Amino acid sequence: MTDLAEAVRGQVTLPVFGRVDRRAGRAEQIAHLAEAARQIRIQDLKLIHHTGAGHIGGDFSAIDILTTLYGAVLDISPERVADPERDRFILSKGHVAGALYTTLAAFGFLPVAELATFLQPLSALNGHPNRTKVAAVEANTGPLGHGLPVAVGHALSAKLDVSLRRTYVLVGDGELQEGSNWEAMMAASQHQLERLTVIVDRNRLQQGATVKETNDLDPLADKAAAFGLAVAEVNGHDHGELLDVLSSVPYRPGRPTFVIAHTNKGHPISFMSGNVAWHHKVPDEAQYRQALSELEKEH
Amino acid sequence: MPRTSVADLPRFDCRDAYVATLSELAGADQRIVGVVNDSVGSSKLAGFRRSFPDRLINVGIAEQDMVGVAAGLANGGRIPFVSAASCFLTARALEQIKADVAYSNHNVKLCGMSPGVAYGELGPTHHSIEDIAWLRAIANLTVIVPSDPVETSAALRWAAAVEGPVFVRVSRMSVPQVNPDDYAFVPGRAVTLRDGGDVTLIANGTVLWRALVAAERLEAEGVSARVLSMPTVKPLDTEAVVAAARETAGIVTIEESTIAGGLGGAVAETVVQHHPARVAILGIPEFAPTGSAAYLLDRYGMSPEGIADAARSLLRHG
Repeated sequence: MTDLAEAVRGQVTLPVFGRVDRRAGRAEQIAHLAEAARQIRIQDLKLIHHTGAGHIGGDFSAIDILTTLYGAVLDISPERVADPERDRFILSKGHVAGALYTTLAAFGFLPVAELATFLQPLSALNGHPNRTKVAAVEANTGPLGHGLPVAVGHALSAKLDVSLRRTYVLVGDGELQEGSNWEAMMAASQHQLERLTVIVDRNRLQQGATVKETNDLDPLADKAAAFGLAVAEVNGHDHGELLDVLSSVPYRPGRPTFVIAHTNKGHPISFMSGNVAWHHKVPDEAQYRQALSELEKEH
Repeated sequence: MPRTSVADLPRFDCRDAYVATLSELAGADQRIVGVVNDSVGSSKLAGFRRSFPDRLINVGIAEQDMVGVAAGLANGGRIPFVSAASCFLTARALEQIKADVAYSNHNVKLCGMSPGVAYGELGPTHHSIEDIAWLRAIANLTVIVPSDPVETSAALRWAAAVEGPVFVRVSRMSVPQVNPDDYAFVPGRAVTLRDGGDVTLIANGTVLWRALVAAERLEAEGVSARVLSMPTVKPLDTEAVVAAARETAGIVTIEESTIAGGLGGAVAETVVQHHPARVAILGIPEFAPTGSAAYLLDRYGMSPEGIADAARSLLRHG
């Protein structure tokens, strides 16, 4: 273990969470997810600050979606990562690998201690996820516009198998500027892949500017609908709304689902939220302390 | 009685062997599916579609999606055979081949149809001469260039049985059968089709038979040419290459692809590192002018006489 990993090891404080108990009341389920997401953010913030690298803006934008998927929606478990009948989740915006690893660790798919190796030499936890190194990862993503076609392929395999397993893919909104996504949506619609759910992390920011001033996607809902997908819009930081829509498969019979999850990059940190500067900026000591205290107060 | 020349043997379109083998494999293994980009006709897969209507997935004219979909099908336990013109498959979807297939280690078989200059007069947009150089640079991807129907069939059987990413070129230009009926494909192994001690010709794909005819001509002049068939460009049979460099006066490589980074490049890399020797690389050095596939191969020195000339020149200056 490198000196840096040794130093980061002291910063690994993440508790391990069980899945949401679906027999519990709705408020209790949502509270469970909210607390998991809060702890995942705290851990991710520590990893990025102490490692000196990562994509904190996109991580914080996506963490509530990832938490809802792994904590309550996906039919998978740490013991079933190779089960052919497991649900598949593909993280197309692979640069938020830090958020994915932290979420996987929070729900037992990765030893929490391994988080200390994030980005260190020879770590399994690369800056973009690698399925040959981390068992719960389904595809090696990083270049944008790759996850959705792979998800369509998996959803097709499930349809061929007459299987009820579901496919979820999380794409960034800026990522939708890649044409391959639209090729894949045409195919998803053509093949009536009703057990495929595309989730858009609609934080309206890309690396250097807003999506709007770069290459605007609006009207996004209309575009997806025109491609034959059933569109739902939710608050991407509201675990209840996410839980409801992501559990509704099929959302509309015969049509793939396109969930526009409205999010804020850097959520909920006051000075990061919706601020384009925080795509992959690393918080300095003062910023780190403030962000940490905001997350700890949130409790 | 004079020996029959390879040049006089009947010729076959390797796509016929491809579809026959794929259909047979699919009949025996439910996991096998075809994935195409509106290329049912050019891949000769109409019969496959009739036999397995649910198992031929046509994503339309969308190569990036085609290869990503194949990776997802593999993730779901299927064995996809992507079947598309090599020019579009390898150029348009190169990043999907790299990230979704090779780096992700998804069990996808990429079948580059009508490669090289098979599309002749359609011009360089439709020629696929760069595919071997591009794909050879990608880790975790076996690159195979079969030379006849028997080898096409054998390579496909091997690809279906092995777990992992494989690229197979499927020739359109007709070629004679140069391998025996009971040929067994061994990945990463050269096959000595003619033994010889003066000079070595290393070839694969549609130009291998031309190298054999060149060797016949050289033999008539008293020059003993070794002909190595090199179906696997990656991993390369470095042992056979080094032996050729050591035991003969030099090596001529012949391929239906660019002279930069293809079979010739692979051979040269091996030779300079392990046993420096003279190497002449025949291939296509530029965007080819208008002409039929056969015309273009001849033009770039890959007629039997052109290949023999390259060997003679190498021997003269060796």
